[in-house]
Amino acid sequence: MAEVEKSLAELRQTFRSGRTRSVAWRKTQLRALLDLIRDKEDLIFEALHQDLGKHPVEAYRDEVGVVTKSATYSLSNVEKWMAPKKGDLPLLFFPAKGEVLPEPLGVVLIFGSWNFPFDVTLDPLIGAISAGNAVVLKPSEHAPASSAFLARTLPIYLDDSAIRVIEGGAGVSEQLLQHKWDKIFFTGSPRVGRLVMTAAAKHLTPVTLELGGKCPVILDSLSNPSDAKVAVKRIIGGKWGACSGQACVGVDYILLEDKFKTNLIELLKKTIKKFYGEDPINSKSIARIVNKQQFERLRNLLQDPLVSASIVHGGSLDEEKLLIEPTILLNPPLDADIMTEEIFGPLLPIITLDNIKESIDFINSRPKPLAVYAFTKDGTFKRQILAETSSGSVTFNDILVQFVCDGLPFGGVGQSGFGRYHGKYSFDTFSHEKAVMHRSFFPEIEPRYPPWNDFKLKFIRLAYNFDYLGMLLAFMGLKR
Amino acid sequence: MKSISVGLSRHCSAVGGGIGRGRAFSYGFTRKRNQTQLSFPHLITTSYGFKSCSATLSVVEVEGKPKFDVDKTALLVKELRESFNSGRTKSYEWRISQLKSIDKMIDENEKKITEALHKDLSKPELEAFIAEISQVKSSCKLALKELRNWMIPEQVKTSLATYPSSAEIVSEPLGVVLVISTWNFPFLLSLDPVIGAISAGNAVVLKPSEIAPATSLLLSSLVEEYLDNSAIRVVEGAVDETTALLEQKWDKILYTGSARVGRIVMAAAAKHLTPVTLELGGKCPAVVDSNINLQVAVRRIITGKWACNNGQACIGVDYIITTKEFAPKLIDSIRYELEQFFGKDPMESKDISRIVSSSHFARLIKLLDEDKVSDKVVLGGQRDENQLKIAPTILLDVPDDSQIMQEEIFGPLMPILTVENLKDSFEVIKSKSKPLAAYLFTNDVQLKKDFVQNISSGGMLINDTILHVATDGLPFGGVGESGIGSYHGKFSFDAFSHKKAVLYRSFDGDTSVRYPPYTPKRVRLMKALISGNIISIILALIGWSKD
Repeated sequence: MAEVEKSLAELRQTFRSGRTRSVAWRKTQLRALLDLIRDKEDLIFEALHQDLGKHPVEAYRDEVGVVTKSATYSLSNVEKWMAPKKGDLPLLFFPAKGEVLPEPLGVVLIFGSWNFPFDVTLDPLIGAISAGNAVVLKPSEHAPASSAFLARTLPIYLDDSAIRVIEGGAGVSEQLLQHKWDKIFFTGSPRVGRLVMTAAAKHLTPVTLELGGKCPVILDSLSNPSDAKVAVKRIIGGKWGACSGQACVGVDYILLEDKFKTNLIELLKKTIKKFYGEDPINSKSIARIVNKQQFERLRNLLQDPLVSASIVHGGSLDEEKLLIEPTILLNPPLDADIMTEEIFGPLLPIITLDNIKESIDFINSRPKPLAVYAFTKDGTFKRQILAETSSGSVTFNDILVQFVCDGLPFGGVGQSGFGRYHGKYSFDTFSHEKAVMHRSFFPEIEPRYPPWNDFKLKFIRLAYNFDYLGMLLAFMGLKR
Repeated sequence: MKSISVGLSRHCSAVGGGIGRGRAFSYGFTRKRNQTQLSFPHLITTSYGFKSCSATLSVVEVEGKPKFDVDKTALLVKELRESFNSGRTKSYEWRISQLKSIDKMIDENEKKITEALHKDLSKPELEAFIAEISQVKSSCKLALKELRNWMIPEQVKTSLATYPSSAEIVSEPLGVVLVISTWNFPFLLSLDPVIGAISAGNAVVLKPSEIAPATSLLLSSLVEEYLDNSAIRVVEGAVDETTALLEQKWDKILYTGSARVGRIVMAAAAKHLTPVTLELGGKCPAVVDSNINLQVAVRRIITGKWACNNGQACIGVDYIITTKEFAPKLIDSIRYELEQFFGKDPMESKDISRIVSSSHFARLIKLLDEDKVSDKVVLGGQRDENQLKIAPTILLDVPDDSQIMQEEIFGPLMPILTVENLKDSFEVIKSKSKPLAAYLFTNDVQLKKDFVQNISSGGMLINDTILHVATDGLPFGGVGESGIGSYHGKFSFDAFSHKKAVLYRSFDGDTSVRYPPYTPKRVRLMKALISGNIISIILALIGWSKD
C-alpha cells in the first residue's frame, strides 16, 4: 500500500510539473518504447513462449508488430493530434474564436490482460503517453514472465518518474483501485469490469472497459470453392491462430446453413491438418492454455454429456502441458455453458440454421459481442447485418484484421465494454477535450443585459434565429 | 442496491446544488400526499399511469400518483426496449418526426413553459427565453438541419496490412437510454439531452427534477401529447423513483446534477456496464485583470452570475480572483452596474430569479453566516426567507477554509479573492477540483496563453461568461469532479451513439504469410506487411531481406 501511495504521489508531482505535456517528452518516450521493442524482441518472444507457448511469428503478428506499428503511427501523428481543432461559432458572437484543445487527463491507470500481455498493456500506454499523461501499468499476474519483463525493462527505457509498472494480483489491483485516478483503462472480463467501474465511481474517474463476448462468424453460402477455402483459412487463423482462441476478438462460434455443414467440417479438418500437421495438439504453431484454472474451465465446458456428444473433431486434452486440441462441435445445446459464456479457448461450435438470415435474430438474442464477422458476397445481407445487429465492430470476409487498422476505433458496446482506442482514438481516450472560446470586449450587444423589456426580448428572438437584418432593423426602431 | 437507495434518499433532492439538505422538502410533500389520498381519491385514479390532467395544484397532483416502483419501471423499460428492437426509432424519418414535434411543442407552448419556469424559480421571462427556450429550439433546429450528415458513416483509410479493404465507422443508437435532469434549468437540461438521444435513434426515458415541480409536470404532459410515447417517456418523481430507475439496465445514462449523486449514478450504472455522461458542476472562477474594459467585463460577469438564474447555474461564476489593488475599483463597478441592472433594491427586482427551495435558501444562508465569512460582506447580504430571495452579495477575501470556498456556491453570493500578482490565481484554481468552466478577463496575450495551457476545466471562455455553452460547435462537459463526457450539437449525437467500426474485405489478396506453419520467409514478409513499408514488402516477396 505504501509503495502504491509513494509511486502515485511521485507521478502526480511529475504530472504537475508539466513535463509530460511537452511534445518532446511524448516523442522521446515513444521512441524509447520503439527502442525497447527492437532491442529486446527476443526476450519478449521468450516471455510470451513461457507464458502462453506462443510461436514467435504469432507473437510478432499479434503483439510486437502491432505495438511497433502503433508507436510508429503515434510518433508521426502526435503533434498533429495535439493541435487545437477549430470550433464553429455563430456570427452572432463575432468577433470570437472557438477551439477544442486536447489536454492530458493527469495520472492514469492501465490494467493489462494475460492473453496479449504486451499488446493490451503497451498499446494503451502509447495512447496515454501520446496524450501527455503519467501512467501506472498493472500487467496481468497470469502472464508472469511478461509481467516481470515489463517491470524490469520499462524503467530502463522510459521516464521512470512518470511511467511505472506495478506488478501483482487481485490484492494489488484492489489497492490501486482505492486511489483516485484521472482515468482507468481496463482490459478483461465483464465481471471485473463492473468492479473497476464501481471503484472508479467513488472518485468520478472516467473508465474505458475493453471486455469480450461471444463473437460470431456468419458463414453464408459461398458458391465459389476458392472463396470457401479462403474463408475457412481465415476462420482457422482467427480461432486457433490468435492465442489458441484466448482472444476477445477471436471467433467464438460459427453460424451456417444446415445444408453446408458437412462441407464445412471437411474443409476445416483438412485445413487444420495443413496448418498444424497430423498431431495438432503438439503443434509449435499453436499457443497453449494460459493456466490450470482456465484449462479446468474449458474442460468443464466439454464435460456436459450433450456437449461432448456434439464433438465432431478433436477433443483431446493434455493436462500436463495445458494443451487442448483444436476442437469442433456441431450444434451443442444452446443452453449449455459453451453457448452462454464466452469460450475463450480452442473450442469451436458450429450452429446450423435453416436460413442464414436467421443469424441476425440469433445474434440479437444474446449480449452484444465485441465483433461480428460475416463471410458473404450478398450486398443486401451485408447492409442488413450492419443495420440490424449491434457489436463493437463488424468485419466482412475476414477475421481479426480490423484490430490492426489504425483508422478504426477498437472497442465494445453493451456487455463487450465501452470507450475505444487504437490510433488517434487512443490519444482521445486519454485526453480531455477542452472547449476554449476567446472573445473581445468590443462590440457589446446591449439587449443581453437586464433590466428586461419587450424590445430586448424581441431582439434576442431575432438574434437566436440568426436574423441579422431583422436585428439591424430592430435596433433602428423599424419593423419589416 | 441498498446503499444506493440510502445515498439517494439523503442527497438526491439536492441535485445540482451540491449538498443534501432537501429532505424537509420531500417530507412536506409526503404529508400532502396523505391529505390528497383522503380528500381527493379520484385524483389518484385519473393520474394513474403518467396521465396528468392539467390540475392547478401541481404539487398535489404529482404526489397523488401511486408510487412508481421497481416493477413498474421494469415494465416501462421492457416496453421501450420492444419499441427499440422493432427498429422504428432507428429510421431517419422517425428521428426527424420527433424532432419536429419538439420544435412544434415549444412553439405552441412557449407561454406555458415560461409560466412553469416562473413558478419554479421566478425566472424572468427574458431569461427563460435566452437561457432555456431558445437554446432548446436552436439545438432542435441544428439537429433537424444536420442529422442526415451526422448519420453518414465516416470513411476511414485502411493500411497496406489489410489491403485490399475499405473501412467505415457507422453511428448506431445505443438502445434505451435514461436522462436524469436537474432543477436549475429544468427545461433546457431535460430536453437538450433528449434531443441528442432522439437524434441518435434511441428510445429514451426522461426523469425531470422534482425540485422544479411545475416544469416537471409540464414536461410530462407535453411529451405525452406531442411525442411517440412508445419510445419516449417522462417519469416524474423523487428519490424512490430515481432509485427504481437506476436499478434497471440502461444502454446509456446522462445525468445532470451534483458530484455526490453523480457517484451514486455511476456506481449503479457499473452493475450493468452502462456508460454514463455526468454533467456536474464545480467552483467556476473568473480571473479579472486590471488592463480591461471594466464596464464590459463587469456586465458580462453579472450576466454570468446574477442574470443567470441568480447564480444557480453549473457554469455560473462562482468566485472572482483579482489583484489587491484592483479589487476596490472592481467592486465599485459591480455595485454600479448591479444597480443599473436590478435597480436600487434588487430584492424587489422582477429581473432576477429566486432561490429554488427553502432548503437551498437555508444552505446559502449558512454559507453566508459562517463566523469568519459574515464580516466579509461588502455588498448585499439582505435576505427574505418568505420570498426565498437573497440580494446579490459580494464578499471580499473570505478565508480559503471557509465552507463558501470549499463547496460550489450555487447562489447569488460572490466571493472576491485578491492576490498580489494575477498569475498567483493559477495556484488558487489548481488547489481546487477541476471546474466546469474557467473565465478570464484580460487583454494580456501571454496571460491568456498561460491560462489556457495551465488551467484544466471543462470549458474555458476568455473575456466573457456562459456564451461558450451556447455554441453548438463546442463540446459541453466537465473533467475530473466536474464530470465525464460531453454533449451539445454533434457531440450530443455522438454521446448517444455507438461508433461501430466496419471493415470490408474481399476474398482476393490472401497472403499465406498469415497462416501456419510459420517459416522464416513468412516472418520477414509479415514484418514488412505490418509496418506497411512497400519496399520491404517487395524485398520480402522476392526473397531478399533489408536487414
